[in-house]
Amino acid sequence: MTTSLRIFAIGGLMSYRALFYWLTFWIFVPGLIVAPVFQILLFAYIGRSAELESDEFYVVGNAIQYAAIPALFAMSQLVAGEKFQNTLGAILVSPAPRLPLFFGRAVPVIANSVFVAAFSLTAGTLILGVDIPASSIPALGLVIVVAAVSCTGLGLINAALGLRIRENAVLSNAIFGFLLIFTGANIPLSQLPDWMRTVSEVIPFTHSIQAARELADGATLSSVLDLVGAELLVAGVYLVAGYFLLRFFEAQGRRHATLERS
Amino acid sequence: MGWLFHFKMISRSAFEGFGNVIYPLFFATVAFFVFQAGNGPRTLLYASLGSAVMGMWSSVSTTAGGAMQRERWWGTLELLVAAPRHFALILLPVTLGMATIGLYSFAATLLWGRFLFGVHLSIVHPVLFGLSIVGTVLSFGGLGFLFAVSFVRFRAAWVLGNLFEYPVWLIGGFLVPLFLLPDWVRPISWALAPTWGMNAIREAALGGSPLPDLLLCLGLGALYVALGLAVLERVLSAARKRGALSLS
Repeated sequence: MTTSLRIFAIGGLMSYRALFYWLTFWIFVPGLIVAPVFQILLFAYIGRSAELESDEFYVVGNAIQYAAIPALFAMSQLVAGEKFQNTLGAILVSPAPRLPLFFGRAVPVIANSVFVAAFSLTAGTLILGVDIPASSIPALGLVIVVAAVSCTGLGLINAALGLRIRENAVLSNAIFGFLLIFTGANIPLSQLPDWMRTVSEVIPFTHSIQAARELADGATLSSVLDLVGAELLVAGVYLVAGYFLLRFFEAQGRRHATLERS
Repeated sequence: MGWLFHFKMISRSAFEGFGNVIYPLFFATVAFFVFQAGNGPRTLLYASLGSAVMGMWSSVSTTAGGAMQRERWWGTLELLVAAPRHFALILLPVTLGMATIGLYSFAATLLWGRFLFGVHLSIVHPVLFGLSIVGTVLSFGGLGFLFAVSFVRFRAAWVLGNLFEYPVWLIGGFLVPLFLLPDWVRPISWALAPTWGMNAIREAALGGSPLPDLLLCLGLGALYVALGLAVLERVLSAARKRGALSLS
């Protein structure tokens, strides 16, 4: 138990620091502070140009959706980074239990995603003059955490696929783009075709974005608990699926001697 | 030949080739849905052309910033700088190759709009439309060249390149008319060749007078190359003096 906890907490933090040694201030600021603000501005102005929805709609949607960048890319780095540093074999040959090993690495990713989404939301509301009731802020914080956990689950699946495919950056970008369309971050769900709406129900962010928009309009946390619960369910499913996919591809990699394929 | 080889090389890269064609399609899809659902006067054809040029810009902005840095990683930067030919003649074809990849994205976006959203592309001035596209590619290559030489002292040049993707999409008037932007933004838009390239393409397609826009686009492209040459001289001279070309 103590070993598992150590692997989860200390191992997770150390791995994050080791794998993201390159994430300096000069990369973090342009990539994760400035870029999401410009994404918000871009879509808010596209919304104005098309005369569809308010600034608040785009600020909330894009602030939460941008949490996908740290969640997807950082989780894929769990595998790609180890491969690049030639340490993947050493990690996977160790007897360390996989659950704390993988999930411990996910915690700093979640924290980073929460920070990025919260900062983007704050900056977007201030720049565009969106009014969000102060009473909604704690509940919005909770929704952002749930959204980040949910997308980190998808990131775990992305990381698992990194054991099989080489071009993880292309895949991460594709998933990010997919979330941009299907989550309702920029397109009202009512405008999507039925099959797309069905897909949006089972992917991260859709429910949290909806909940965050209602909170921003002044709704109480209790009135959006069903949406938060649905997002948590999505998060749970993706985390479990990601974990088992990682184990599956790890076993496949051992069997076919393809773990280090890069 | 430099342009051709780099164009072929980038075409075979999953990230720079395939990725740069696919990624803007997601944004184009959002734009199609938003303009389709909106009540504004701008049409889907407006969105289609804007999204197509967005893709062209992506292929330059995400890769050009790191063009010199990439040579550094490969260990070929010193060799290229030491070659008898001026380094600009080596670097400019690289960024032009990156801009040319944008043509794939441009075509893919128009086809995407045609087959998935039924956007019919009727071009009023086909010859000027073609010339506007070529002019836009050339000016994007020039701006990419300026990025490549300006960011060379920055270890994470690729991030800066990425950083310029959204802002130029926004203030270049691709999907947002400039009059909707704050007044202070407009002079910045006017200094950007993508703004005039977008105008020229739109005017040529929808019927208007694209020539002034095209000439401004090309003029700014030439200015970027001239600025890039000046920056390059300084950068190379400083790097030679300090022995810092490899930045390691």
